[in-house]
Amino acid sequence: MITVPAKRTYRLAEVSANIIDQCVAQGVPFARDYGGLLDNRSFGGVQVSRTFYARGQTGQQLLLGAYSALMRQVGKGAVQMYDRHEMLDVVVVDGKARGIIARNLITGEIERHGAHAVLLCTGGYGNVFFLSTNAMGSNVTAAWKAHKRGAYFGNPCYTQIHPTCIPVSGTHQSKLTLMSESLRNDGRIWVPKNIEDAKAIREGKKKGSDIAEGDRDYYLERRYPAFGNLVPRDVASRAAKERCDAGFGVNKTGEAVYLDFSAAIERYGKLEANVKKIENPSKEKIIELGRAVVSEKYGNLFDMYENIVGENPYDHAMKIYPAVHYTMGGLWVDYNLQTTVPGLFCLGEANFSDHGANRLGASALMQGLADGYFVIPYTVGDYLADDIRTGPIDTKRPEFDAAEKEQKDRINHFLNNKGTKPVDDFHRRLGKVMWDKCGMARNAQGLQEAITEIRQIREEFYRDVRVPGKNSEFNQELEKAGRVADFLELGELMCMDALNRNESCGGHFREEYAETDGPQQGEAKRDDANYAYVAAWEWTGDAGKANLHKEALVFDEVKLTQRSYK
Amino acid sequence: MGNMKLNLKIWRQAGPNDKGQMKDYPVSNVSEDMSFLEMLDVLNDDIVRKGDDPIAFDHDCREGICGSCSLFINGEAHGPGKGITTCQLHMRRFKDGDTIHVEPWRAQAFPVIKDLATNRSAFDRIQAAGGFVSINTSGNLVDGNAVPIPKDDADKAFDAATCIGCGACVATCPNGSAMLFTAAKVSQLSLLPQGKPERKRRALAMVEQMDKEGFGNCSNTGACEIECPKNISLEHIARLNREYLAATVTKE
Ligand SMILES: Cc1cc2nc3c(=O)[nH]c(=O)nc-3n(C[C@H](O)[C@H](O)[C@H](O)COP(=O)(O)OP(=O)(O)OC[C@H]3O[C@@H](n4cnc5c(N)ncnc54)[C@H](O)[C@@H]3O)c2cc1C
Ligand code: SF4
Ligand code: FES
Repeated sequence: MITVPAKRTYRLAEVSANIIDQCVAQGVPFARDYGGLLDNRSFGGVQVSRTFYARGQTGQQLLLGAYSALMRQVGKGAVQMYDRHEMLDVVVVDGKARGIIARNLITGEIERHGAHAVLLCTGGYGNVFFLSTNAMGSNVTAAWKAHKRGAYFGNPCYTQIHPTCIPVSGTHQSKLTLMSESLRNDGRIWVPKNIEDAKAIREGKKKGSDIAEGDRDYYLERRYPAFGNLVPRDVASRAAKERCDAGFGVNKTGEAVYLDFSAAIERYGKLEANVKKIENPSKEKIIELGRAVVSEKYGNLFDMYENIVGENPYDHAMKIYPAVHYTMGGLWVDYNLQTTVPGLFCLGEANFSDHGANRLGASALMQGLADGYFVIPYTVGDYLADDIRTGPIDTKRPEFDAAEKEQKDRINHFLNNKGTKPVDDFHRRLGKVMWDKCGMARNAQGLQEAITEIRQIREEFYRDVRVPGKNSEFNQELEKAGRVADFLELGELMCMDALNRNESCGGHFREEYAETDGPQQGEAKRDDANYAYVAAWEWTGDAGKANLHKEALVFDEVKLTQRSYK
Repeated sequence: MGNMKLNLKIWRQAGPNDKGQMKDYPVSNVSEDMSFLEMLDVLNDDIVRKGDDPIAFDHDCREGICGSCSLFINGEAHGPGKGITTCQLHMRRFKDGDTIHVEPWRAQAFPVIKDLATNRSAFDRIQAAGGFVSINTSGNLVDGNAVPIPKDDADKAFDAATCIGCGACVATCPNGSAMLFTAAKVSQLSLLPQGKPERKRRALAMVEQMDKEGFGNCSNTGACEIECPKNISLEHIARLNREYLAATVTKE
């Protein structure tokens, strides 16, 4: 027997081989070697060079490729774009998704759109943490409203925390910037061995470069000799947290570790000197040559870092800290990417499929592109075949009336509320609870507290939020209010899911469930006997009362074993 | 919080038909670690608490990727500093006591939506006119390695592909021309073997759409290249001109 999740992942492995060819054909400028062939490099979680790339912005280039393919259809008139529109609800008629309610973000008009099928490709919900690497506009509203209309939410607590981000600098922080994972190919991650050194660095009395080689703790290389700095993201992130919690952090806030290129600079410098036939090069010459190589590879990232932090990363080791990056959880979908509401499909990061509890580098876009290019054209057609005689969907039906009224009432509540605090205030508070208690490490007590705190924030939000302006205008505070209202419900479900899963797996690390001895001491301890399932939650009218459905994970070909990066 | 005090002069405009005007906003407690947009967040937070209307501005990724942030700061698109977008601009580039003028992109083809937010969908329409390779996303294609691409061409195409469609080039150009943007898109595809078969049609269609949208003519001032956050080179405009000329000459 093969279960749906396994079949879906098998399919992804099969079709994904075509993605690079597809993108090349679309004009995505992947890196080429001197022979003109596609170049590869290494990435977190693997020991071979297997990733196709476009300098430090592969994701962006794949996105632009998809955008150009979309605009081609727009030009032909096959697709009509509604930019600056936000979907606020799904309309379900006789058990099938039959349209959406949307708000025109410029005029405020609430629109009804009828449809034979609805596809949500609305991205991840990492912004429930307030601070994440996601764009400011990323949110859960579409998926959450679908959930409230009957779509199950799969594994909501599975969040990916990316190890190489620029640390938080202050309370004004609005988002976190990712430093490309490719940096871990050449950068070495360390903190001081002696806690006094770490303290001196935090107080500004010492610099990283003052710490002698022997006094540095390259903790990933120490703990994971086989993978070193290239362990998967969750492992690297937790290891950084472990060191910083133990008091070895290297910036003012104590939440940063070094990502150091000095060894790479020296290594490349020596190679360059050989290539250039420079005999007995001086140390300065080696560094000069090495910097040029590093700059060629990562120059734009180094510039970006310097811009944000105000420190030159060639002279001083970079400081990094983990940040929320991707959500593996999302709407539950079947093999056809259909949710539990017939006619409602979900693609890309918004669904829960394929990545389990832990996504590996470079695979998000692979999944998103496979879903959109290679899977949905077939599965949605299959669904529509039965609806061929349905005719246009009547948007004057009572279901549309009701859904529209609900949205208008909510908007009016926000605008008429005589509150005192801006939306961000509540969002920031929610984010802090999520990060502290449902972030890189979780425990039962913290999660229970988090649930209580989130309920309090939610109650206060509806009572005390202030949303200025009118509906009939470009009103960014109003947009945010609706999104934060949904995050405030989702956050509770995430904590419930994390609390329910009494094991550690991938991005979900429960402090009570770690290996206590043996070679894997301190690592995640799964409980396959009891938790080898997808948790699919059903909305029952209240965020705290979701119903759990279990979809078993069955493995025929491979045996479940413990991950080891030692 | 930091302790820089600034005097902001910000463009306020209720909607596309409103006349609009500059208004003064003193801000204090600005830290040099803040990004320019975070400084505006802090100001907006204050405005909302006072019950006033916060300043509208576009932004999304806040890391120089999406091209939506678009502020004209002290007379420069994306403000001071080379090779950065507004969201990548940090307050350490300013001094305590500075007066800072903040305006939207001003171009006929980019009407103001509200305050500092402009409608730049004209760029989408230029892209839709020809900024693509006409293949379906079916996956039934030849191997990506079947046609080797000289590294130099791939690198040049990549340089052009880094354009994020922000519109700083248009806002900077005294004529409001969209040549740098259009040239970047045309160049990327015409440098790659996959884009070559359609190059004539593409150059003609994209330039035609650009003119239709009300963008001005390029008079080679070179201002766009200086303000482009992605350092898109004027070389691409030269390439577009060649593509366009070749296409017009050989048009049936
Ligand atoms: C900084 C960064 C770097 C990354 N780098 C890589 C990489 O190199 N490789 C890789 O594989 N992955 C990478 N990822 C992950 C990957 O980019 C995302 O998982 C992927 O973009 C998700 O695609 P998507 O289409 O599912 O969703 P998104 O790209 O998030 O798109 C969702 C869209 O839906 C819109 N939307 C949301 N809600 C609504 C609504 N209610 N109504 C209307 N519209 C709505 C949003 O505005 C957005 O445009 C990166 C992510 C980040 C943040
Ligand atoms: S060419 Fe440069 S300035 Fe113009 S849209 Fe592209 S990135 Fe922006
Ligand atoms: S907000 Fe995306 S480029 Fe500035």
